[in-house]
Parts: sequence; structure tokens; C-alpha cells
Amino acid sequence: MRVFQILIDGFAISALYALGATGFTLIFGVSGVLNLSHGAIMVAAAVAAWAAASILGVGTYAGALIGVGVALLTAFATYFAVVKPIQDSRRIPNEEKEIFVLTGTLLWGIMIQELIAYFFTNNAKTVLPIVEGVVEILGVRTPTNEIFTAIVCCLVIALLWLLVNRTRIGKAVLAASMNPRGVTLLGFELTNIYIVVWAIYGTLAGIAGVLLGMFLGVSSYSVGPLTASAFSIVVLGGLGSVSGSLIAAFVVGYLETFTAYLVSPAYRTIPALLLLVIVMYIRPQGLLGRR
Amino acid sequence: MPTFFTSRLFFVSLALVILGATLPLYVSGYVLGLLTVAFYFGVFAMAWDLLFGFAGEVNFGPTFLIGVGAYTAGILNNQFGWSVYLCIVLGALASVIAGLVLALPALRVRGPYFGLTTLVAVLMLQNFIVVFADLTGGEIGLTIPDVISINAGANYWIALGFMTISAAILYGLSQSPVGLVLQASGQDPVQAGALGFNIVKHKLFAFVVSAFFSGLSGALLVFYFGTASVGTVVDVAVGVNVIVSAVLGGRRTVLGAALGAIFLIVAGEFLRPTGELATFIVSAVALLVVLFFPGGFLGAALSREARS
Repeated sequence: MRVFQILIDGFAISALYALGATGFTLIFGVSGVLNLSHGAIMVAAAVAAWAAASILGVGTYAGALIGVGVALLTAFATYFAVVKPIQDSRRIPNEEKEIFVLTGTLLWGIMIQELIAYFFTNNAKTVLPIVEGVVEILGVRTPTNEIFTAIVCCLVIALLWLLVNRTRIGKAVLAASMNPRGVTLLGFELTNIYIVVWAIYGTLAGIAGVLLGMFLGVSSYSVGPLTASAFSIVVLGGLGSVSGSLIAAFVVGYLETFTAYLVSPAYRTIPALLLLVIVMYIRPQGLLGRR
Repeated sequence: MPTFFTSRLFFVSLALVILGATLPLYVSGYVLGLLTVAFYFGVFAMAWDLLFGFAGEVNFGPTFLIGVGAYTAGILNNQFGWSVYLCIVLGALASVIAGLVLALPALRVRGPYFGLTTLVAVLMLQNFIVVFADLTGGEIGLTIPDVISINAGANYWIALGFMTISAAILYGLSQSPVGLVLQASGQDPVQAGALGFNIVKHKLFAFVVSAFFSGLSGALLVFYFGTASVGTVVDVAVGVNVIVSAVLGGRRTVLGAALGAIFLIVAGEFLRPTGELATFIVSAVALLVVLFFPGGFLGAALSREARS
């Protein structure tokens, strides 16, 4: 019985992690940017969805849409106000741009977090779920919302796969991750590709954030841990490798669920961190990463 | 090196230290307490700048080194009641060992991978402190029976003296031949190695020095506070403040890092009336500096002097 419960809960959490980390790794793969405001964007989406549904009373569907829209806008703001100025700056030497992007997005994330705390307090918020009720699977009482979360995550990831592998713009994005200069030689504007990637990223982070808000609830304190978990999943899978992050998300998701159920919820994050340290020592490029 | 003693930077720093040393004569204990913390933070930031600005290692976990030093000193004092100074020295030594542990991955991986390892080190330390709450005081914090001094002026002078000596050693090191080799190995390890320098030895040395000063400062800080907690010496947010200080003050200048730390702490205090928006404003100012004056305070001042 307990085994099924762990399998079901672990699957929903892992799928959510996978969705959150996919956009993060996509941006790194294409433009070499590690966006440390990731957690803040997810929380912004969830809080916007919560505020729209609970304060303005627009209904759960419209609230979820508003949440994703806010994430999209925040992602664009991150790119145009923080990342692009640093990348275009002539006063920052090229080899130091990485640390400047990290510092810049980190500060930006703290600003978003503080604004959320200021306007909506630090209290945890749970977004009203789109589907309610409980169903019984293999003898485990499971909230319908949990199944809904898992299905939406899988669908969105499948759509992303189709977008990247089967459409013209997706193939341009893929090509840019392999060889940016080659893509510009073929007549693509690199900035346009980056805008597309940030749009995909914003949508993914928004959906993940809203689903997280429905499933577990969020507060402005979740910003740091969310960024850290996305970061560790992406590094475990190999920076820039989408399939690697998907595998890593399930490894981390199940590891955490096992620990929480079988040992103690207090030790939830420790085995995943240990695994990460071991992987960093033995195989620093991650499970499926390229050096 | 002799040119330094005639440079404007030397006279400005000397004047600032002398001015700082006279402060207890005419300002309140509250201001002294604030500056005492700021000076210890200044050492954190300078130690970080030695690793980042010179050895080229992006250490996202300065609080790993700080926290190990601070908690080792605190636990030894709390459990065995050893004298304050012995605990501080042992804390700094524990931090050096932590620095060597942190240096191992740095010699294998570079850039974002190393940055992540250091971040994970902080999260591990944080979990460790919470899990072994009996020993460490957990989330509530560790009570430390002894303090260095209860006199605000004495504490202030100790902190100022400690920062000045650390600044002199770290700055001297950064300008010495060793600092140049570090800088070279940070920018192009292959070429520096080809010139016959032992990169591994130099980087290990940078880690040991950075860890020593971080741990020493962390240990002194907890004996000033009389308590050690995750929120003051280990949390990722503390590490972010250290990094922001160094970048604000001007990376690769060592002395600028201390200026940045003092600015950050004093500005945070001035903004206290704005309540919850204080962190927002400090982050926004820091972001603007990062975007528009990437050289930081001292970087901008020094480049103007060099031009004229």
C-alpha cells in the first residue's frame, strides 16, 4: 500500500520538478545563462494566480492563465532588464559575464521576492485547484488535483518536445544551442531566438509555478529552495541537456519522497544533496552532459 | 611594492583607519556595534575577493567557510568551556580544513559547476546544523557562554584592528608575485602552467588563506554576538551579501570589498525605517551598480586616477 502511495506521490512531484527544471536548462543550453531568479518567477506566477482567483475572484481557469502571463512578463523583464544589458555591456570582460549574470539575476530574484512579501505578506498561499475531489488508485486515496498536475506536466513536456524537434523555430533554437555562430550565418537573428527561448521558459516556469501553488502551496520563502532544487536537478542531469534534467528530476523527486515517507520529512532534501556531491566528484558534467 | 607606500590609496586608507580608530571617542555605542559587525563582514568580503578576483574561482559558499569556523569555535566553547582565544584559533583551523575540502572539486571542475558545489556545501552544512540540533542548537541558535569583551569600544577596536591587519595581509598578498601568479592561473590556467608555475599549489594556497580569514572572522563574530545561528553566519542570504559587497566595492581590489561590506551594512541600517522594503532597495541599488558600474566603487575611482 505504502509502496503505491510513494510511487504515485513521487511521480506527481517528479513531474512538477521536471517541468520547472526544463525551461531552466533550455536557457542555459541556448544562451549559457544560469537564471538564479527562477524560483522568484515561479512564485510570482503562483501568487498572481492566487491573487487573481482569491482576491479579484476571476475563477480558477482565468487565475491560472493570469499566473502564466505574469511569469511570461517577468521572464521577459529578466531578459531585457538584467541579462541582455550584461551580455551587451562592453565594460564587463567576456570571461566575467557569467558571474555578473549570476549576481544580477540573483539580486533581481531577491527584488521580486521582497516585492511579493511586501504586497502579499510571507504567508503560504494555496491556489484553488482547477479540479477537486479524490479518487482511489490501487487502494491509495489520491487527490484528483495530483493526477491533473502529473498529466499537465507530461503533456506540456511532450508539447515542448514537439516544438523543439518538429517546428522550424524549434529547430533554430536547437541549432543555436549547438553552434550560435553557425545559426547567425544561416540568416537567423540570435536575439530573436533568445526571445523565443525566454518566452518558452516563462511559459514553462509559469505553468510549473501555478501547478506548484495548487499542489503544495507557495510563499515568498519558497524562492530560494525552488531555485536551488532546479539548479541541482539541472546539474545532476547535465547542464543544457533537457533529457538529462528529466531523468534527474525523477531521481530527485523519488529520492525525496522515499526519504520523507520512510525516514523523516525533516531529512527530505539530504539524500539528493549527497547524490549531487557524489556526482560532482565522479562525473562533474552530470548524467547526460557534455563537457 | 615600495610604490604603494607613496600612492594616494595608501594615504587615503591610512587616514580612514586613523579616523576610524578615534570614532569611539565621540559616537554612540549603537553606531560602534553596527560598525563592528560591518568590519567583520569586510573581512568576509575581502577573503572572498581573493578567491574570485585573483584565483578566478566563483565561490557561492563563502558562508560554508565562515560557518565552519564560527560553529567550531562556538561549539568548543559551549561544550568544553575552553578559553575564547583557543576556540577562535581552532575555529580558524577547522575553516582551513573546510577550505581544502572545498578546493578539491575546484581543481577538477570550473565555472558554474564549481559554483554549484560550493552552494551545495552551504546547504549541506545548514542541514547538518539542523539535524544535529543537540550539539549545534539547531534552528534556534547556539548559545555561547563567553564573549571577547562587553565593552562596545573595545569590541570596536578589536574589529577595526583585525580588519586592518587582514586587509594589509590580503592586499599585500594580492600585489605580490604570488598574487600575480594567482591572477594568471585564474585567467588562463593552461598558459600559466606552461610558464612553469604550479597552478594546483597556488590555488590550494588561495583557498587556505581565504578560508583562514573567513573562519577567523566568523569565530570572532560569534564571540561578539554571544550566539551563533544559521541566519547570521551560514544562510545563503548571508553569502549573497558577502558576494554583493565584493562586487559593489570593486572586484579584484581587495580593499574595495571591505568598503562595499561597510556600505551594505550601514545602508541596510539607514533603510530600516522603510521596513520590509529595505532589502528590496539594497538589492536594487546593488543591481544598478552591477549593471552600470561593473568596476564597483573602488574600481571606478582607481580607473579615473589611472586615466588622469
